[in-house]
Amino acid sequence: MAQVVNDFSVVVGTANGSGSQTSNSTILRALFKMGIPVSGKNMLPSNIQGLPTWYFIRASKDGFIARREDREIVVAMNAKSFDKDLESVLPGGVFYYNDAIKNPITRTDITVYPMPIKEILSQSPEIPSKLKDMIGNMVYVGILAEMHKIDMDKILLALDFAFKGKKSAIDLNMNVIKNAADWAKNNLTKADPYVYEPMDKTEGMIMTDGNVAAALGAIYGGVQFVGWYPITPATSLAEELNEYLPKLRRTADGKDTFAVVQAEDELAAIGMCVGAGWSGLRAMTSTSGPGLSLMTEFVGLAYYAEVPLVIWDVTRVGPSTGLPTRTAQSDVNFAANMGHGDTDNIVLLPGSVNECFEFGWKAFDIAERVQSPVIVLSDLDFGMNQWMSEPFKYPDTPMDRGKVLWEEDLEKIKENWGRYKDIDGDGIPYRTVPGNTHPLSAYFTRGTGHDEFAKYSEDAVVWESLLIRLKQKFETSKKYLPDAVLEVDNHAKEGIITFGSATFAALEALDRFGKQEGRNFDLLRIRAIPFTESIEKFIASHDKIFVIEMNRDGQLYEELLIELPQFANKLISVAYSDGLPPTARRIMKEIKEKESK
Amino acid sequence: MAVNLPIADSANSVNLAGLTKNDYKGAPSTLCQGCGHNSITSQIIAATYEMHVVPEKMVKFSGIGCSSKSPTYFLNRSFGFNGLHGRMPSLATGSLFADTSLKGFGVSGDGDSASIGMGQFKHMMRRNPNMVYIIENNGVYGLTKGQFSATADVGLTLKKQGINRYMPIDICMEAVVSNASFVARSFAGDPKQVKELLKAAIAHNGLAVIDIVSPCVTFNNQDNAYHSYTWGKDHEAPLHELSFIPARDEIIIPDEFLDGEVKEVELHDGSTVIFKKLDKDYDPTNKYQALNILQEAQDNNWLITGLIYLDPEKETLNQRYNLVETPLNRLTEKDLRPKPESITMINDLMF
Repeated sequence: MAQVVNDFSVVVGTANGSGSQTSNSTILRALFKMGIPVSGKNMLPSNIQGLPTWYFIRASKDGFIARREDREIVVAMNAKSFDKDLESVLPGGVFYYNDAIKNPITRTDITVYPMPIKEILSQSPEIPSKLKDMIGNMVYVGILAEMHKIDMDKILLALDFAFKGKKSAIDLNMNVIKNAADWAKNNLTKADPYVYEPMDKTEGMIMTDGNVAAALGAIYGGVQFVGWYPITPATSLAEELNEYLPKLRRTADGKDTFAVVQAEDELAAIGMCVGAGWSGLRAMTSTSGPGLSLMTEFVGLAYYAEVPLVIWDVTRVGPSTGLPTRTAQSDVNFAANMGHGDTDNIVLLPGSVNECFEFGWKAFDIAERVQSPVIVLSDLDFGMNQWMSEPFKYPDTPMDRGKVLWEEDLEKIKENWGRYKDIDGDGIPYRTVPGNTHPLSAYFTRGTGHDEFAKYSEDAVVWESLLIRLKQKFETSKKYLPDAVLEVDNHAKEGIITFGSATFAALEALDRFGKQEGRNFDLLRIRAIPFTESIEKFIASHDKIFVIEMNRDGQLYEELLIELPQFANKLISVAYSDGLPPTARRIMKEIKEKESK
Repeated sequence: MAVNLPIADSANSVNLAGLTKNDYKGAPSTLCQGCGHNSITSQIIAATYEMHVVPEKMVKFSGIGCSSKSPTYFLNRSFGFNGLHGRMPSLATGSLFADTSLKGFGVSGDGDSASIGMGQFKHMMRRNPNMVYIIENNGVYGLTKGQFSATADVGLTLKKQGINRYMPIDICMEAVVSNASFVARSFAGDPKQVKELLKAAIAHNGLAVIDIVSPCVTFNNQDNAYHSYTWGKDHEAPLHELSFIPARDEIIIPDEFLDGEVKEVELHDGSTVIFKKLDKDYDPTNKYQALNILQEAQDNNWLITGLIYLDPEKETLNQRYNLVETPLNRLTEKDLRPKPESITMINDLMF
């Protein structure tokens, strides 16, 4: 039997809240430290305890880290999902299960191993009874390690990280893992082809999630004010700010250069950010779809009052309860146009955990330069899953605080200044902020109805010229935005446009098309709205472009149609949303189906 | 040492901030003739002038409504933000972090604070930022031409609305139970009291809520309505006469107070509010008494005015944070971006 090395998936089915998260991340991290490209995806219910949850660990020697449907190895720890889990194993695969579950085994085309979890745990009488269920999850870590050759030293590194070096906790868990591995060695005969072997493909990389990256990026961007309200999957972003701000932004004498307020709701969270941004602070909030809906009125006001602020929208599927823990690229249209009246918002689209960090600081530069809200669309897949990543890179450009006038600046231009006067001809006026003591500095802010000097006006010409200047400002913003990235250049006639976390499955689909069908594509990854010139060029230079994204309606596709209608007959929308991170197989199927129509 | 300094008192004389009364004015009011709000605006101009306020050290906020338009009509040299309906508290809270030497000055209405903005109004008191929060309370929506607000009397009849079915919200009672540190009620038809309360509110370190009954001459000024001039003048029951003495002045009991029993309460900055007891034996530092008097006023149909509750030592928003001395909005990249070497430490903290 030929071995399958570093190219298969393990899926663990457990009950939510049973403490399997540490076990799953231990496997993921150990593989990562073995140098094997790996990705972990948590498919969890919106529930604190009890409902079925699955964790997907994909090893890919070729470096593909998108989700993948096939399940070579399944670990069943949950009686409720047992039958379905058994059914899901690929023929020739392996099925491990807790032997306390007495459901019938209905398959003969796979290898099945019962795991005597209780018996193995009984060798560790030192485990406190309240921790037994949780540490019981370490049994499958030990058995998988023995059967599929996960390096014990790397497991130890993973435990050391998870328990922050706390020796008693590490020992307690490691003993169970070792006992389980010994049990497997003495009692199981390997009959499957799946093994892990060390590689060198993760050298120098880190493993983290998008919410940590975004929070750290914001801190290096000098975030000064955070107003937020808890919401899945954005909550941990604010919590990470609370974790790292005191470490990185407290002065030697213990004083803070930042303030974080947990608001009473998203209306207040964004209101505080508008107040802080208006007053010259680098202000941000983090939220998801329902919160963004509540923030809409203030974002519209900030657009018209020209207030800089940054919103991180960690997107998920639609409103209300039910699927808040499922991912989607669901808010593209909404973010781009939120606000009543004519509104254009700047939207950033990070395409990796690393870019979550980069856009974390860059978003403030853009917001302050353009004096406008900037909405960054991450998603649940980035925000709550672990990703291998290049290390975070220190910002390579100095902070851009935009056109702010302090006392001495204002003294130089004096009466020539008006808050909404376009002195430079780029649509971006100069602003002063409260605390400026120059007698000319103060002005009264309103959404609409202001002239160049911020005086109340209902004059038709004044209003219309304001609208036109805001549009011009939006045009100007393009030169400050991250340009699209040509990820794959095959000099092909067909192109793919995608963004964010959908990129990984798109890249894999593109690779398979090439290998399996000799069909080549180029791939452009969009990183911001409004669209930069390179996007137009890419579309113009290809015969046919598939726009791949994770939502029902093809929202990025729609934005492209609106902005570049001359290319309407070239653009084909490949959009779907099932709540899960996309897969190459599904994307290939969708592309083929679109063509056959 | 207490120094007795003159209080600036005429349009031409210059106060300690080097400004004349005109410097505290704003654009001409576009509200109706006789609107109670205009009278309050005049007292805001007088109080800030007499308190030698540096306009650049004050930031004006408002929500939406007739009352919220009024910050345009005073303190031209102060920054101001006319925000969203019911959202003034959050706007102000975020703004006041930028420079903690600034004081907020908010003007809202009964619709803005007691209806759409009730949540933010109450949460602001939990946080106690350094701000004057005036509610110009007329029981009616003016800009949309005469609908009931949440403070309108039950049974009130309005032209296009019929009879109000619901009980009114008592703004001061809401403020007291939400742990506000300064709660007052006044009547736009009593300018002297409005001014004294405004001065005390400006000196107060924390959030000072003043519910000012301010009749709407166009939509809600029926003689028998709570929010009318006639009713207010007939039913106003001051809790005390009060006078405000700034910190730098020697405490001299005003002549009209001399023949009564007086109580002094010192504010955080050393200023003093002097209360002359009327027939009620009322202590504004006692929360039980505050709630009691508000309930009594409801039961007896009194328009209770005066300083209802005061806790000058309550921890403020600024005190709850440990911010650097320099205003946050004057910090630069050097203060805000962690040093390059820290990135290695951060990457090491990741797995």
